[in-house]
Amino acid sequence: MASITGSVEIRVRRPRRGVLVGVLLIAWLAAWFVLRGIDTLSLGGQETTRLHRWLTEQADVLGRGNAFFDAIRIAVDQLVVLLQNVIAQPSYGRPVPVIGWLGVVAISAYLAWAFGNWKVAILTAAGLSFLGVQGLWQESMDTLALTLGAVLLALLVGIPLGIWAGLSNRAFKVATLVLDLMQTLPTFVYLAPLTLFFAIGPAAATIATLIYAAPPVVRLTAHALRSVPAESVEAARSLGSTRSQTLLKVLLPMSRSTVVVGINQTIMAALSMVTVAALIDAPGLGQTVLKALQTLDVGVAFNAGLAIVVLAIVLDRVTTAAGDRPWRTASIRRKVLLGLGGLGALVAVWFSRTYLWAAEFPSDVNLGPRIAVAATDVTAWVQDVFGGFTFGVRDAVTEGVLNPLQALLTESPWWLVSVVIVALAFLLGSWRGALPAAVCLGLLVGTGVWYDAMVTLASTVLATVVVVAVGLVLGVWAGRNRRVDSWIRPVLDAGQTMPPFVYLVPFLALFGTSRFTAIAAAVVFAVPVTTKIVADGIRAVPVATVEAANSVGSSSWQVISKVQLPVARRAITLAVNQGLIYVLSMVVVGGLVGAGALGYDVAAGFAQSELYGKGLAAGLAIVLLGVMLDRITQAAARRTPKFRRTVRGDDKW
Amino acid sequence: MTAQLEYPDPQESDALLSIQGLWKVFGPKPARVPHHPELAALSREDLYRRTGCTAAVRDLSFDVAPGEVFVVMGLSGSGKSTLVRCLTRLVEPTAGRLIFEGEDLRAADERRLRTLRRSKFSMVFQHFGLLPHRKVIDNVSYGLEVRGEGKADRKRRAQEVIDLVGLRGNENLYPEQLSGGMQQRVGLARALANDPDVLLFDEPFSALDPLIRREMQTEVVRLHREVGKTMVFITHDLSEALKLGDRILLMRDGAAVQFGTGDELVGAPADDYVREFVRDVPRADVLTLRWIARRPRDGEPLDGPELGPDVLVREATRLVLESDRPVKVVSAGQLLGVIGDEEILAVVADS
Repeated sequence: MASITGSVEIRVRRPRRGVLVGVLLIAWLAAWFVLRGIDTLSLGGQETTRLHRWLTEQADVLGRGNAFFDAIRIAVDQLVVLLQNVIAQPSYGRPVPVIGWLGVVAISAYLAWAFGNWKVAILTAAGLSFLGVQGLWQESMDTLALTLGAVLLALLVGIPLGIWAGLSNRAFKVATLVLDLMQTLPTFVYLAPLTLFFAIGPAAATIATLIYAAPPVVRLTAHALRSVPAESVEAARSLGSTRSQTLLKVLLPMSRSTVVVGINQTIMAALSMVTVAALIDAPGLGQTVLKALQTLDVGVAFNAGLAIVVLAIVLDRVTTAAGDRPWRTASIRRKVLLGLGGLGALVAVWFSRTYLWAAEFPSDVNLGPRIAVAATDVTAWVQDVFGGFTFGVRDAVTEGVLNPLQALLTESPWWLVSVVIVALAFLLGSWRGALPAAVCLGLLVGTGVWYDAMVTLASTVLATVVVVAVGLVLGVWAGRNRRVDSWIRPVLDAGQTMPPFVYLVPFLALFGTSRFTAIAAAVVFAVPVTTKIVADGIRAVPVATVEAANSVGSSSWQVISKVQLPVARRAITLAVNQGLIYVLSMVVVGGLVGAGALGYDVAAGFAQSELYGKGLAAGLAIVLLGVMLDRITQAAARRTPKFRRTVRGDDKW
Repeated sequence: MTAQLEYPDPQESDALLSIQGLWKVFGPKPARVPHHPELAALSREDLYRRTGCTAAVRDLSFDVAPGEVFVVMGLSGSGKSTLVRCLTRLVEPTAGRLIFEGEDLRAADERRLRTLRRSKFSMVFQHFGLLPHRKVIDNVSYGLEVRGEGKADRKRRAQEVIDLVGLRGNENLYPEQLSGGMQQRVGLARALANDPDVLLFDEPFSALDPLIRREMQTEVVRLHREVGKTMVFITHDLSEALKLGDRILLMRDGAAVQFGTGDELVGAPADDYVREFVRDVPRADVLTLRWIARRPRDGEPLDGPELGPDVLVREATRLVLESDRPVKVVSAGQLLGVIGDEEILAVVADS
């Protein structure tokens, strides 16, 4: 009986929610037609509200100095300057860094070999040398120094926190709560408030990076400690180990490879943030990309973007290899080889301090300008040949979809949009969705950048729809087919290690500066994570369930639509959620290539001191948008656990 | 079946380890349960419904004699693993007393407890609990390392026990390079390395396949003979319990159901639960003649062959069937009873 009433219930209820949403949207359209242009809260580029001016004043007050924050800033600054002196900047009265390029390459390759294997050592040597060949040695080393500084601090803070959360249940709960929230914030958002306290510059950049990059290592350290088999810990205790003996001799060694995965993710996050931190004057490759983007110099942006990619690949491969390395004591032969290798690296360092050719990367092998010219040529050719097509696609999508959507959001009165969003949130996730949505919308009005927020929201919604569609198709395909998965996954993994900045460059070449460029970059940026989560969800559907469906003669489409997708529902909602967050962060960065709106407000705030407060408010608006979208999707996911519907059906019948 | 004969309990007086009224309750405010007569009497389901607590061990008392193999048996969820962890306070008991060599273990502070664990107790685990990042020899010497012994001593002692458990030649391998049976030998060696007084086994062989399991059981019997340690052995496998145990404690829902030797469990099950539990046991291999001897009938010839009361039924079968007179069961010159074909066949046919 239950199954019959259940299926009847589904047939009755499902469309009803859909119909309600449809009615709501039609009503919105009708209302928009009548009310458009009223209460839109639009604000010109140089206009500010009282809140913005107040924030700017506060920044000035804080900028005059505060002993506590100054102490932190100076300490962090000194660490960064020290690292820059060692590998990047002329220092200590010499025209070159303490260790020249040959020394850096040799030491890096040696470390890659010692912790990883000889393959990644070769990759490291080749990759780093290539940075020099690109003519970007100093910029790359600045980026590397900043990344290392931030990673060092992140590990110093993150690993002990992770250990604490791994040992204490209470700490674990608090940490999970905080880290979950931090994960929903786009990179951009960390920058603004920190500049309030630490001024614009490398210190603020490093601290922002540290905060952005620490969560993975905290999370994975805690997770690693918690997944050490209970029996191994009990065995150690039963033999009379003290707490510290258990931690040092059992828990930490057994957590090693997972912690290294956390370190890997922390390094990748740090690299990505360090490049974005160019917006607040962090030196390095991000600076080069940013300047090139601002002057629309695709060639130079491509060259520097390529350098970031190379650096990312090297760091990722080396740390992955270090994590995969089995735990074994070194054989005598290996010890001797390690010693000899170390000696070799030291000799290279000595060379790099003695001879100019080993200290400064030779400029006669500088291929940077040639790469830039080639990239520019290719861009010109692409635009020549495909320009009609790409620009056509861009204009069609912009005119046909984006503009109407944006008009609907921006030209409706703010209260109408608010009512519609809260109603939608209620339909999708009942009060759990509606309440946070209402609060976020109220605060959003308060930030004074409502209009820009709606522009950003329009782009985000459009890009997310595309991401979810593509991610579902690819994810289901990969989830059902091992061969496809093994072929697609490395591409997705590589895609996820790239800093968001880099994605803008090729799309800038294809589509010029426009909102569409940011949307296209956002789609490519967010598809990998969405696809992976969907694929994992489909894969996690029990084999027996799928076999049962096949045994009654379901077609592939029936298996997908009636079994795999419904069972993987939680994973799919998570995929939508993560897709949204990724899209939002990219759409915001897209403010730099003509997407305008909130991203532009934030960037402008860093550039013009009188707009500082507005930039801060825009940063806050991004957070509010992110939290709102996150809450609504989470609430939608939590609603209707699998069997609730049947139960309700029973009540009714 | 005859009435249960009196069975001597020689280990009564000088217990090595004495457990008295032991409780372990999981859940919110667990301490109220043992001391509250009404709560303490509730069944598992009712207790959970009333308090949200589960009593994994409820009101257990028993003594373990020196040199004995004491088996605790029960199905999964019966609380036997919690019990063995309570003995060295890996799991903190909720109530009751733990007396080891006259010392109250529950009063011991952390330092004293560590000292005891380092020298008096060792434990062997179901899933081995080895340290995958250490070589076999470093796993075995772990206990010596944490109690601060020098490297040379550690190595010498570890090598001794490695030889003892038959692992010679595998010292420098890592646990993952060994089969399950070999891994458990490492676990065994690690437990022996400390030279403890009491060895605690928590279902040590249930993760192994049947052939290896039998081999390891034989190994434990051999070790027990050679090193003569006191052992507390947890298992859910009745044949393992009967093979190894001098005395067996059968648990259900945290409480003791029956306590006695193997032939007592089989010969005189305390209730239907135990009867069901021992139903498939080959009785002829477990029961001794004392369990089936009967009073001689009037006029029965009493000049048949004589056997002792502790001879297994299986071993006596042939003699009884071939003899044309009832076999006499005699202990210290006193006639306990006689056994004819029908008594033997009743047991053998049932097996």
